[in-house]
Amino acid sequence: MLSFVAQRVLKGVIVLLAIVVLNFFLIRLAPGDPAVVMAGEAGASDQVFVKQLREKFGLDKPLPEQLFIYVKGVATLDLGFSFRQQAPVSKLILERLPATLLLTLTAFAISLALGILFGTFAARFAGTWLDTAVTIFALIFYAMPIFWVALMGILLFSVTFDWLPSFGYDTVGGNYTGFAHVIDVAKHLIMPAMTLGLFFMATYTRMTRASMLEVKRLDFVKTARAKGLSDAVIQRRHVLRNALLPVVTLAGVHSGTLIGGAVITETVFAWPGIGRLMYDALLQRDYNLLLGVFVICSAMVLIFNLITDLVYRLVDPRIEFAS
Amino acid sequence: MPKRVLLGLLLACGLTASALAQEPKTGGVINAVIQPEPPGLMLAMIQNGPTQMVSGNIFEGLLRYSPKLEPQPELAESWSVSEDAKTYTFKLKKGVTWHDGKPFTAADVLFSIEMLRQTHARARNNLGQVDKVEAPDDDTVVFTLKQPFGPFLGIFEVGSMPMVPKHLYEGTDWKTNPYNNAPVGTGPFMFKEWQKGSFIRLVKNPNYHEKGKPYLDEIYWQIIPDAAARSVAYETGKVDVLPGGSVENFDVPRLSKLKDTCVTGAGWEFFSPLAWLWLNNRQGPLADKRVRQAIMYAIDRDFAKDAIWNGLGKVATGPSASTIRFYTDDVPKYPYDPAKAKALLKEAGYKGEKIRLLPLAYGETWQRWGEAVKQNLQDVGMNIETIATDVAGGNQKIGDWDYDIAFTYLYQYGDPALGVGRNYVSSAIAKGQIFNNVEGYSNPEIDKLFADGAVATPDSRRKEIYEKAQKILVDDVPVAWMLELQFPTITRCKVKNLITTGIGVNDGFKDAWLDK
Repeated sequence: MLSFVAQRVLKGVIVLLAIVVLNFFLIRLAPGDPAVVMAGEAGASDQVFVKQLREKFGLDKPLPEQLFIYVKGVATLDLGFSFRQQAPVSKLILERLPATLLLTLTAFAISLALGILFGTFAARFAGTWLDTAVTIFALIFYAMPIFWVALMGILLFSVTFDWLPSFGYDTVGGNYTGFAHVIDVAKHLIMPAMTLGLFFMATYTRMTRASMLEVKRLDFVKTARAKGLSDAVIQRRHVLRNALLPVVTLAGVHSGTLIGGAVITETVFAWPGIGRLMYDALLQRDYNLLLGVFVICSAMVLIFNLITDLVYRLVDPRIEFAS
Repeated sequence: MPKRVLLGLLLACGLTASALAQEPKTGGVINAVIQPEPPGLMLAMIQNGPTQMVSGNIFEGLLRYSPKLEPQPELAESWSVSEDAKTYTFKLKKGVTWHDGKPFTAADVLFSIEMLRQTHARARNNLGQVDKVEAPDDDTVVFTLKQPFGPFLGIFEVGSMPMVPKHLYEGTDWKTNPYNNAPVGTGPFMFKEWQKGSFIRLVKNPNYHEKGKPYLDEIYWQIIPDAAARSVAYETGKVDVLPGGSVENFDVPRLSKLKDTCVTGAGWEFFSPLAWLWLNNRQGPLADKRVRQAIMYAIDRDFAKDAIWNGLGKVATGPSASTIRFYTDDVPKYPYDPAKAKALLKEAGYKGEKIRLLPLAYGETWQRWGEAVKQNLQDVGMNIETIATDVAGGNQKIGDWDYDIAFTYLYQYGDPALGVGRNYVSSAIAKGQIFNNVEGYSNPEIDKLFADGAVATPDSRRKEIYEKAQKILVDDVPVAWMLELQFPTITRCKVKNLITTGIGVNDGFKDAWLDK
């Protein structure tokens, strides 16, 4: 298993490098010049100022040289300097990463837990009105755009009932410490995490349901039944466990999409994560910051995929690691 | 005037008078919205709107300006001008200290000017006529100009010329100076904390040089990126101040009606944002003056004001906003007249060539305005194609002159020599840059008028020159002027004296207090 992990990490590094080079050029294909954006914001845009900005941030150098400098930096874990925010990119990302991880992992847990629960439930009562009700419930959240669910949530739970805060990571000026702070953050986390989680829940529900119904028809389930095992044991130990494999695959794939969804959620709920950092960097053509966020997100997706592969083995011991 | 309105006015006047009569109360915290999150707070190096709004509390300039744009003391307590209008002497206020306790002196002013000439494009332009700056003693600064420069006393507000602590910046790499992240100024509030993506916290400067001020203990600038979420934050009582432009225009009437809510359009006199359409004078149908005039007649600007801007602002009459110096409305007029627009297009021989329209990617209000203008122009037979882009992409297209019609709005900084001429003189045509003469208009007479206007004395002569320039420009229609914008500031009524100058919320909250 160790050699499997080592091999995957090595491959991951190569993939990451390819991503860096690709993104480096992709970003520069988009129209818009960071120096002009910055000069524009300053309310003045004379030639001297734009030239000054280009020189200051090395944007006047030939593209291959800029790429070389950047890749060399990434190889030594230096993600460069943000043009606009005038601070090291790694510092800016590290400030925001914990908030994004808290949001995405909570949403991930919610979506997976609820998805598997509802999927199992729907499969157990397949064809009845309960099955239909669960399916409709899941599909509603899947069909509605995330920003819409977010705004409706705010309208209902913040404006109308005043149960939950509408924005932020914690109460500004609240000065809570210890457990009180944890509770405060949790209150702020509920709506964004539910919004993001409910969207992904739908696919897990559908996947679990379909997969369970398929497994139920297999011979070993009949055998288990013939042995006289109780229904609950059959469902839990035999059907669900086998049905989870495609769900785990999907969860691995979703890890990247989840970060994409976090951009919108973080914007609506003013959640101070890297999704928003990325969005702002894109609008400002802050190349280094944008590339930095891409590198971190890509690394996270690669790590999630590695974890998914390892979880396969836990769920299905028949799978062996090829080295 | 209907009686009800009269009564309302009387009541309003009475209320204002009683508010003025109230003694300011000390203490309290204000929560305000800042949008978007500023990239940094070092005003001498970053000059975008949000930076100025927050840092206007931390830093100060030599002067500030009344709503009528008269200079008022800030770090300079008095000033005098020589008879030949070439020497300006400023006496600095005594006993002013930086937030770290070091004294503020004339040496800081000299250093700030040297630094701003390198880091602040607008300050560099404004200081173009300055021959030398000297400090005969610690409390005196003397500017000697190459020639008289009419708007000179108008360039000293905090955003245009913030004072920087020499002892913290001299001899350092300005770009990486640690004080960029924890700025030190002389202002009424001191930087305390910035949780990126959440809030910026400023606290009262106990040693502020105006005794008794500021009244507030703290200011929290809250960062909420979504416009709808900002409205909700106000509605649910989480913020007390929504500076102009914080929420979408269609939310303004609803929020204005909330309990204990006050709305004002004041505080934009110095900036006087004027919205217009860049018209690419170089190529295609728009090279013909008659087509450009037809555009002015074709667009229903009153509709845009009433429907899109909720009746706020004023229909523009020409290149100068009515709030800046030397404005005149004695210029050719362009009322909404589609028939006249059609006739002019026919006369110009317009045959339905495609015209690209670039709206401003600043949110829903601007998208709607883009649609309204497109419809107006289509109604008179123009073939309009809207180009969708984000702000950076739009700036690039405008800078590369790759557009036909493009929305914009620009600040005028109180004087035509500072904020108007740059958009019409031919020396300001430079590819790759925005906010200059991107329409490519070139008229030697206009060039001369703006060149003369900047250095003419006395003011009556400047008035003459600028009035003439306005008449010529309005007849030529190099760009299509739309509205003098007014961004309403929405506050809880308990917030008093928030806006006291022509610079508005960008001038710091030193006069503001809470009526608890």
